[in-house]
Amino acid sequence: MKNRFKVLRAERDWTQAQLADELQVSRQTVNAIETGKFDPSLKLAFKAARLFELGIEDIFQDERPQDS
Amino acid sequence: MDKLKADSNNYPRRIAKGSLHLLCWSATWVATTALAAFGPRLIWDFATLPTIFAILVNLGIGFRLILQIKRYVQALDELGQKIFLDASAITLGVVMVCGVSYELLEDIRLISGEPQISFLIALMSLTFMASHLAGHRKYR
Repeated sequence: MKNRFKVLRAERDWTQAQLADELQVSRQTVNAIETGKFDPSLKLAFKAARLFELGIEDIFQDERPQDS
Repeated sequence: MDKLKADSNNYPRRIAKGSLHLLCWSATWVATTALAAFGPRLIWDFATLPTIFAILVNLGIGFRLILQIKRYVQALDELGQKIFLDASAITLGVVMVCGVSYELLEDIRLISGEPQISFLIALMSLTFMASHLAGHRKYR
């Protein structure tokens, strides 16, 4: 699963630590999500969407090619 | 950004506090285990009542330690829980496989003497520490 965590965080000029504090996770978790090593749960994805004021599909995208 | 601040409770500080509690309960359990193991021999000369009391206290503290570990894992974030779960699974597998082989060694007389539970506990601790560290390195 791809995500725009890093871009969205940079746009808002937040550090990983600030974002981690807002999401109530460790900075390691934010870093692992940004680098694609870890996919968050739906609960955390909703929390991030609420924080970024975006829909979940605007933050996370399935890497599988779309069926036409 | 402050919209989620209401339920913010500083995760690193919370986990550090949980780790400290876990350390205190672990140390207390080790101390009561030592008392139950060496007390009868060195302090009260195998008197039954203090021995039963020491074992009951050790069991009580042990159960409290189990609850504290559960609480600690529940307080971890989802990546922390995943790392803990992976390390636990590896530890369970290693201890089960090595434990059975170790027991077999005595049964087929490749080693002399009874297998010691302390060896398995040491193996369990080392495996958990190594796999927990490996998990943290993987997601660094």
